[in-house]
Amino acid sequence: MVGITSYGAYVPFWRLRRSAIAQDAVGEKAICGFDEDALTMAVAATGDCLNGIPRENVDGLFFASTTSPYGEKSAAATVAVAADLRREIMTADFARSLRAGTGALRAALDAVRAGSARNIVVTGADCRLGIPGSAFERTFGDAAGALLIGDRDVIATVEASHSVSDEILDVWRPERDVFVRSWEERFGATQGYLPVVYEAVSGLLKKTNLTPKDFTKAIFYSPDGKRHAEIAAKLGFDLKTQVQDPLIHSIGDTGSAMPLVLLVAALEEAKVGDRILWVSYGDGSDAFFLQVREPIEGMGARRGVRAHLASKKVIDDYRKYLFWRGLLPTERRVETVSFVSVPAIHRGRDANLRLRGVKCRDCGTVQFPPQRVCTKCHSKDHFEPHPLSDKKARIFTFSADYISNPLVERPIITTTIDFDGGGRMQCYMTDCDFERVKPGLPVEMTFRKMTFRDGIQNYSWKSMPLRAPLVKEEE
Amino acid sequence: MESIRDKVAIIGMGCTQFGELWDKSHLDLVVDACYEAFQDAGIEPKEIQMGWYGSRETGFTGTQLASALKLEYIPISRVENFCAGGTDTFANACYAVAAGVCDFALAVGVEKTKDHFGGFNMFILDPFDRTGVEWELPPASQFAQLAVRYFHHYGISYEEGKRILARIAVKNHHNGTMNPKAHFQREITMERAINAPMIAYPLGLFDACGVSDGCAAAIITKPEIARGLRKDYVLVKGLGLASGAGQAVLQPEYDFLHFPEAVAAAKAAYQQAGIQNPRKELDIVEVHDCFTITELITYEDLGLSPRGKGPEDVEAGTFTLEGEIPVNTDGGLKCFGHPISASGLRMIYEVYKQLQGKAGKRQVKNAKTGLTHNIGGINGFFTGAVAIFGAPA
Repeated sequence: MVGITSYGAYVPFWRLRRSAIAQDAVGEKAICGFDEDALTMAVAATGDCLNGIPRENVDGLFFASTTSPYGEKSAAATVAVAADLRREIMTADFARSLRAGTGALRAALDAVRAGSARNIVVTGADCRLGIPGSAFERTFGDAAGALLIGDRDVIATVEASHSVSDEILDVWRPERDVFVRSWEERFGATQGYLPVVYEAVSGLLKKTNLTPKDFTKAIFYSPDGKRHAEIAAKLGFDLKTQVQDPLIHSIGDTGSAMPLVLLVAALEEAKVGDRILWVSYGDGSDAFFLQVREPIEGMGARRGVRAHLASKKVIDDYRKYLFWRGLLPTERRVETVSFVSVPAIHRGRDANLRLRGVKCRDCGTVQFPPQRVCTKCHSKDHFEPHPLSDKKARIFTFSADYISNPLVERPIITTTIDFDGGGRMQCYMTDCDFERVKPGLPVEMTFRKMTFRDGIQNYSWKSMPLRAPLVKEEE
Repeated sequence: MESIRDKVAIIGMGCTQFGELWDKSHLDLVVDACYEAFQDAGIEPKEIQMGWYGSRETGFTGTQLASALKLEYIPISRVENFCAGGTDTFANACYAVAAGVCDFALAVGVEKTKDHFGGFNMFILDPFDRTGVEWELPPASQFAQLAVRYFHHYGISYEEGKRILARIAVKNHHNGTMNPKAHFQREITMERAINAPMIAYPLGLFDACGVSDGCAAAIITKPEIARGLRKDYVLVKGLGLASGAGQAVLQPEYDFLHFPEAVAAAKAAYQQAGIQNPRKELDIVEVHDCFTITELITYEDLGLSPRGKGPEDVEAGTFTLEGEIPVNTDGGLKCFGHPISASGLRMIYEVYKQLQGKAGKRQVKNAKTGLTHNIGGINGFFTGAVAIFGAPA
């Protein structure tokens, strides 16, 4: 039986208190740090999902987002490399639609069912922008989810699905705009969301001969934290006992990632035998019936949504948020170089994107970045690859720069870290309280945006304090 | 392998005012420093047979030096070795004279940092990569990482560490007040240094050197020719240079408590000069105080203080003008300023003047032997340079 064999999620460390945007706005929204985007969040969620799973077992990766960093160029391929997956895999980008996440999931299910792949990662992430001052700006939040689809040790089988495709201009973003637009909210709700979700769920119930009472939990995409309750009630679900909290007040509307994120949140609390209704929305609706199975009890520890939600830093600085999203002009910054070399990015893929060092076959010294001649024994071209992205490390020394780029982050922390199992690296540190940083502090690696020039987004890895305990370790 | 000791002599030097010289180009600075050197040596520009031009970001190729001085079709090489470039420029001129391929060589280091927005780069690519792919590092953080580790390793509290470093800054500011060519010529208090805005934790504003324009030049010849030109020529006793191979960032054994490149350069220079006990045998030392922590660690790298004992010597006033071994008598990088490739030659200028007894108010009594030291680059990729000079017997 095909279904979900693992899950992972990522919610950024940073939360913006909504009252910083508008006095009467409630709750917080999760926001990407200045060095994050949909792609980096997807890498983090994929890493969480694949924790303890051999990376060579993965046959494909589908990335779903409406805010992929490039209009033309695959982000799935970049996520796959950063996740240190094999080259001989299938990668695809699902884009443009708030339903991209469940669309990718349906394609993965079909591929596994058809036998063209055994394990496919479906990851979705969004970092959408509302016009400053708009309702969208308050409700949108940033997060990523990841599901591993396979046919062995399935934790939640997909028993049935029903889809509706619908053409409507309720929410849209033109190709060259950065801000999401909409018609009047009541138009979208009454002509799109409410009837289309109703149609998809009704179709699924009819197909499966089930009634709302047969479900343990119902997960609805929610555009605003309210309309999902309206449709759930109309369908006959009990809001208090059955309907998944859409996490609007703690994370926000995470767009195409929302169904994945909410499903992960639900699976974190699911018990064997639970029946889950799972519904997305966006120019139509995909509805699924999932059945939770025994292997969920043996699944490895994940941070998922719960641990990421608990690990946060709340800011009230709206100006900082605008700077981070590139929505305010910045003071001149002195650049050392005026371009980013594409051939150099290409040559450095294994080091900078996979974060692979080398280990000397003669003396065993782990070195990063990869070298031709060993720093210790001077043997030449006699190394094996040594993955570092999943290794923990400790800070040997650090410093904190207060002058170089005050607009995005102050201070900018640089660290020299020593990896468990060998290897030293000098790198930036991110997502930390400077007061906690000291020699000996345990850190992990996180994939982030580096320079952006000439339309080229360069990515690499930074250190950060251990973000949050794995949920099962915490308990 | 032969030693450079007593094989070459300096017969003339020049150094411009250092600072934010908005109205001078690098060519103006070259003319000013070199003509001071020509006048000091008592020779004409046309007598220069070979030239070395040190610059990091100020003009490419030896033609810059040729065109400033109108040197006609002589061999001139440009030298770039980051903050050690000035000393390396000087060393290359010395080697040519020692090899006998020329009698009069000119070594010039110049930088117009202030023609670039903000001066010295706010970011340095690791390791000096020009592709824009390797991540950029704020340079102050490179040295601050040594300060963090030094405090941590020796159990020095933040407050105590800041006080020790401030004492170095206060000393160099005091020395700078006696130097009319210095970028900064004013005293600072301990309180001001300690409470200054943070630049790169734990280093504050007064832990950092000035970012300056400036030029310094030296004319080098054989000792036998020097003798005929002036009595107070200065002899080169040792030249050490060492380049890092990334060890600090490739090998977890590196402790961030010393600069191995400087230690290696000092060892070579001491060996050539025949110096066994630097603290006893050196009369004046010019060190690369790009940051106060660099000066503190350099006391130990040069063997002036035992490992970990630099702070005690700082507290005892060992390195003040009146102390046991004066360091940075001209204000150092801290106050004289730091035009990258000019700094090594500026330090040699100070030692040269001190050994001639021409250092004015900051003259060290009976100075016979002096040392200059540079460290340039980023962790793992420093270039260390040490030069030793002596008055003729």
